[in-house]
Amino acid sequence: MSLTLAHFLTLGAILFALSIVGIFLNRKNLIVLLMAIELMLLAVNMNFVAFSHYLGDMHGQVFVFFILTVAAAESAIGLAILVLLFRARSSINVDELNSLKG
Amino acid sequence: MDVTTGFFYLFSAVLLFAAFRVVTARNPVHAVLFLMLAFSQAAGVWLLLKAEFLAIALVLVYLGAVMVLFLFVVMMLDINIDSLRQGFWRHFPAALVVGGLVALEMAAVLIGGFRTGAAPELPQTVVNAAGQAAAYSNSKALGVLLYTKYLYPVQIAAVILLVAMLAAIALTLRERKDTKKVDPSIQVRARARDRVELVSMEPTQPRPPAPEPQQEEAAKS
Repeated sequence: MSLTLAHFLTLGAILFALSIVGIFLNRKNLIVLLMAIELMLLAVNMNFVAFSHYLGDMHGQVFVFFILTVAAAESAIGLAILVLLFRARSSINVDELNSLKG
Repeated sequence: MDVTTGFFYLFSAVLLFAAFRVVTARNPVHAVLFLMLAFSQAAGVWLLLKAEFLAIALVLVYLGAVMVLFLFVVMMLDINIDSLRQGFWRHFPAALVVGGLVALEMAAVLIGGFRTGAAPELPQTVVNAAGQAAAYSNSKALGVLLYTKYLYPVQIAAVILLVAMLAAIALTLRERKDTKKVDPSIQVRARARDRVELVSMEPTQPRPPAPEPQQEEAAKS
């Protein structure tokens, strides 16, 4: 049985579902939330690369390149905000971040 | 089952195990290390998909830079894990149901829709600009696309990275109270008249009157 596109897409889907589980479980821990978002982006990138390979189209890989760029920027700013938050509140518990009263 | 399929299942199994440990690990440092394992396995899967450049970029950029950044932050913060783990097992059934539902639905659709069709064969040789045949290279194909058709998006991506760098520095820059520093805005706003005062005065001063010489001699004798 050779590999088909469905194999890679299913792998991406399971990875995405696992990161959803992670967001549910660690809803108080901001660091693990950021890591779950990184896993989600990885699952999306996996789908892009798989489609790019099986459709014979390089544009999917170009898109993965840009997603990697934006994800790196996002995690850098997210971690900077996290450090600021920890300085101000001495905690990264999401439940205590209610000063905006949204 | 050929070698590629075997590697796919190996990489996938380790990737999914690492992802599961990322979200369930008690120690955040362990979670980051498992995330690094997951990214390295994903790079392996991308190599199977013949996306060599992106696989290497994933290893360099993510394992080399972003994950080290995560590790720095996790080790820098003094986190009370027990308070963050409250409600972990209480949410576990709901999370399992939602995650299982998402995975099953997506897998059902994807397996049904994309079961057939082998990958198209990549060209063994390509014709370069000089009209000669050259060996196909994933990096070269990606680079040609990036620097011709996607040139402006590449520039925008560069600007995004620059803005992210500046934002991260500006957010976390902390000034000590006892350092002596110059405010750049005051420095820029300074004019010459604030620094130098020009006083108008006579070019020559009148000579003070000389003392009487005879009195001097009288004092000597």
